[in-house]
Amino acid sequence: MTTSEKTVKPVVTRISGPIVTAVGMHEAQMYEVVQVGDLGLVGEVVRLIGDRATIQVYEDTTMVKPGAPVLRTGAPLSVWLGPGLIGNIYDGIQRPLPGIQARSGAWIRRGEKVDSLDKERLWTFEPDARVGETVSAGQAIGHVVETPLVNHLVMTPPDIEGILRSIVGKGEYGLLDTLAVVETSAGPREVTMLQRWPVREPRPILERLRITEPLITGQRIIDTFFPIGKGGAAAIPGGFGTGKTITQHQLAKWSDADIIVFIGCGERGNEMTEVLREFPELKDPRSGRPLMERTILIANTSNMPVAAREVSIYTGITLAEYYRDMGLSVAVFADSTSRWAEALRELAARLEEMPAEEGFPASLPTRLAQFYERGGAVTTLAGKQASVSIVGAVSPPGGDFSEPVTQHTRRFIRCFWALDTELANARHYPSIHWLHSYSEYVEDVGHWWKKEAPNWTELRTQALTILQKEERLQQIVKLVGPDVLPDSQRLILFIAEIMKDGFLAQSAFDENDMYCTPEKQVALLRTMLALHDRGHELIQKGVPLYRIRSLECVPKILRAKAAFGNKELEKMAELDKMVNEEMDALAKEYIKEADLICTPISK
Amino acid sequence: MHTDFEIEDRGLQYVGSSRIEGPLVVVEKVLDAGYDEIVEIIDPTGHSRLGRVLDVSETQAVVQVLEGTTGLSNKAMRTRFLGESFRLPVSHEMLGRVFDGLGRPADGGPPALCADRNDVNGMPINPYARRYPREFIQTGLSAIDGMNALVRGQKLPIFSGNGLPHDRVSAQIVRQARLLEEEVQFSIVFAAMGVKHDVAEFFIRNFRDSGALARAVMFFSLADAPSVERLLTPRVALTLAEHLAFDCGQHVLVLLTDMTNYCESLREVGTARGEIPGRKGYPGYLYSDLASIYERAGRIEGSPGSITQMAILTMPADDISHPVPDLTGYITEGQVVLDRDLFQRGVYPPIAGLPSLSRLMKDGVGEGYTREDHPILASQLFACYAYVKRVRGLADVIGEEELSTLDKQYLRFGEAFETRFLNQGEYENRSIEETLELGWEVLSTLPRDELHRVSDSLLNKYYRESEEGMVCVPAGGASG
Ligand SMILES: Nc1ncnc2c1ncn2[C@@H]1O[C@H](COP(=O)(O)OP(=O)(O)OP(=O)(O)O)[C@@H](O)[C@H]1O
Ligand SMILES: [Mg+2]
Repeated sequence: MTTSEKTVKPVVTRISGPIVTAVGMHEAQMYEVVQVGDLGLVGEVVRLIGDRATIQVYEDTTMVKPGAPVLRTGAPLSVWLGPGLIGNIYDGIQRPLPGIQARSGAWIRRGEKVDSLDKERLWTFEPDARVGETVSAGQAIGHVVETPLVNHLVMTPPDIEGILRSIVGKGEYGLLDTLAVVETSAGPREVTMLQRWPVREPRPILERLRITEPLITGQRIIDTFFPIGKGGAAAIPGGFGTGKTITQHQLAKWSDADIIVFIGCGERGNEMTEVLREFPELKDPRSGRPLMERTILIANTSNMPVAAREVSIYTGITLAEYYRDMGLSVAVFADSTSRWAEALRELAARLEEMPAEEGFPASLPTRLAQFYERGGAVTTLAGKQASVSIVGAVSPPGGDFSEPVTQHTRRFIRCFWALDTELANARHYPSIHWLHSYSEYVEDVGHWWKKEAPNWTELRTQALTILQKEERLQQIVKLVGPDVLPDSQRLILFIAEIMKDGFLAQSAFDENDMYCTPEKQVALLRTMLALHDRGHELIQKGVPLYRIRSLECVPKILRAKAAFGNKELEKMAELDKMVNEEMDALAKEYIKEADLICTPISK
Repeated sequence: MHTDFEIEDRGLQYVGSSRIEGPLVVVEKVLDAGYDEIVEIIDPTGHSRLGRVLDVSETQAVVQVLEGTTGLSNKAMRTRFLGESFRLPVSHEMLGRVFDGLGRPADGGPPALCADRNDVNGMPINPYARRYPREFIQTGLSAIDGMNALVRGQKLPIFSGNGLPHDRVSAQIVRQARLLEEEVQFSIVFAAMGVKHDVAEFFIRNFRDSGALARAVMFFSLADAPSVERLLTPRVALTLAEHLAFDCGQHVLVLLTDMTNYCESLREVGTARGEIPGRKGYPGYLYSDLASIYERAGRIEGSPGSITQMAILTMPADDISHPVPDLTGYITEGQVVLDRDLFQRGVYPPIAGLPSLSRLMKDGVGEGYTREDHPILASQLFACYAYVKRVRGLADVIGEEELSTLDKQYLRFGEAFETRFLNQGEYENRSIEETLELGWEVLSTLPRDELHRVSDSLLNKYYRESEEGMVCVPAGGASG
């Protein structure tokens, strides 16, 4: 190192939007956090050439000038992990938005620095380990009740293991208080409630597991037809206004995960406000507790700085991994990964990187893979089974799925919920298209469903087959009208319509319909398929379709999803009875007629 | 290199530039210039124009000239960096006035007396500080109130096409917009980007006739103004709107027209900078840029005011998947789409039934807001109208006579929906009750059993049993 290099203080030499170049940075590390200018704008080193560093700045760089000072922090961009995360709302670099509001009012001023977690707040810690015990990395040494829904385990960080030298008794402690001392091979280490973790690095696990359990979402088309497993990854692509956000909100509300992390990445401010307003009032259908007691929000809306949008995804997934390490099942929702990819593109363009497809950097597929790979069903370091499920919205330009983000995402997910503009226009919601969507988890979770309905696989297959047949028949109808089809085929059209209106369409705003238990899903499907099977029999016997269509049970079946609550399965049974009785009556009528015609011949 | 500088009492002044290209000027060896700083450029004739810094390093600054580079020369030009980003003096006294695209008086009047000068880029609203918009605005147009209701604080653009009556529709909305319970009038902030003089005239006349002129502020960057200026016009307008709404507590309706022209200017600058173009040549950051405009709408906790935003854009070749409408739709809270076919059939307002959407409608209508049946009525109308579209497709192929009785009923419903429900006079102001009644009237041309989305109790209350509706229909391909 020459003396001249040493004397150069880090200063800005160039500013181009969120990308700033600085010299005097020969000691800087890749991804180190720096503070730029007099306001101390937070940035991250993304390229090092000689003593010149390229910095991606997470705040607006207006009026930053060449010559402005750059302060190194020596650490990569990290999040704070500890009690107090649940119920909070953060920006892309984990600054709490309520804290920012308290300091700078309704607008996000630049350069605000607020701790991610409240250091003053006291938590009731209860020890679960004894002095002298050997504690492994990631093992819980105690717990605090973070919210009535979350028993927050205080774990040793992944790099601490050894003999527990001391531990405090039950009592009130702050985030930074030393709770225990572990004698490690490298000497004694203190354990507090706070861990820090670099966001771009996955937290370690013991091993990956096969996915066996479905994430029950209460959404019929998802659970029954295109299920996602706990630890699975799904993409939900669709043009604007097709229902990506509402569907993700529905999943965040009703999924049977223990923890929800919702990342609003480059989307609308009001949508985050809506979650903030709704979730505390909505009750978890299993525990009856407010949903906010298990939810963390990351909001880096479209008008917030684009570099922070890029990192928000990693911030969110790191928080998810932390709760996973407690042995919980976590579901992460990212709305929208396309905005994240666009942030990558914008930053790459400013860095003058060679663009690949449609201007996106060549690293796009790798980056997508890295993100989705952080999900999964795992055994944690402490030996617990846990999972992180990921659902990413994709917003393809013009609603055209052939674009790079949709295409590459497809390679890394196993569940594809394709939203369809035509269905959305017809206000068929969720506008998940039953023929363009798929799930590779069907086999994995089939076992679980068999407890619900032994013939689940058959029911599901039969229903999908009807929908597929309908699509083919519709081609004919479009050309020549429905009248040329025989009644047996028009029955398919009829049942498919019933399934679309009465089963696949599910309103997010209807009290009874927004959440549908697995039991009710099976019951509804059974009834509709019974209508089909018995209808088919009758048509074989010469009953015309219009008689079946005008049965009184038909409008009742169509309205059952909203008319009956989840706990009113007996009403579904009554409905089944009604279907059978009406069908029996119809059968009798026609068999009599048939007999009348047949009598002279046979006798 | 021609750059040199001399010290003047108003700061450093640089003489000359090294490059002029399109809207950009490169000034060498600048000292102490900041990113996005505003620059005064004095041309050889002594006139000054404004510019702003797009990129700055130790050796040079790239300046975007907002008022065009015509007549500038590398040698004779002088530039001065003004030490701050672009600011607009704001005051509620600007109501009733006309300004140019950069916020300077254009009506011959003096500059307004202003205590505050605000950065036109604004700051992002903290999502935690937002108040969710909920109050239904009655526009008096059934197509909007009934099917795509607007709420106070929403951003709902109009997607139009060349020659379609978007100006008349938006003027009618401005004229008629009111709340059900409160007697408040909207202040109007109007920004025109790249539109012709007669459009500006049309709005001025309209505001005057309806008595709104005194509550309106207009910013004109018309078709003959330098195109780069347009990049600031919506920001200037929104800066004033934010002051009126959140400092003065007013309810502000912002009209931005035409966002397609704005985007073209953005493309122009991007091309001049040699940026990698995205779709159709628009820059890759078009989404973020548009968001920085559209997100400046809404309500804030603790402030009585609001900004409701209505951006008008023309879809090139009526293509809704064109980047401008596409990215707009991804940011705004729905869209009102005008339809050429309806227009040609004489339906006014020609608001397309299916692609139009108001995302905040769900929270602003129904029991306690408008009427209990409102959401379900809208949903059922949409579903039935979607089926009409299918039947029409079929009728084109097999002929109307071959349709089933039920399908024929749907055709009649479609006709009634378009000519009675959607269609109305340019000066016809329908109350929400009238709109809802009309909705049930046209819906009742269909058999009751077809209305699956409506519960029995609502049907009992609102469905009108008519001779027509009672017809029991046998076979048919599909139901609604
Ligand atoms: N399950 C549902 N039930 C009822 N309405 C729905 C449902 N899903 C979507 N919608 C309707 O569709 C509208 C648009 O949905 P949403 O905001 O989720 O679209 P999006 O795909 O996220 O669009 P963008 O890409 O522009 O963000 C909603 O405002 C709502 O009116
Ligand atoms: Mg969305």
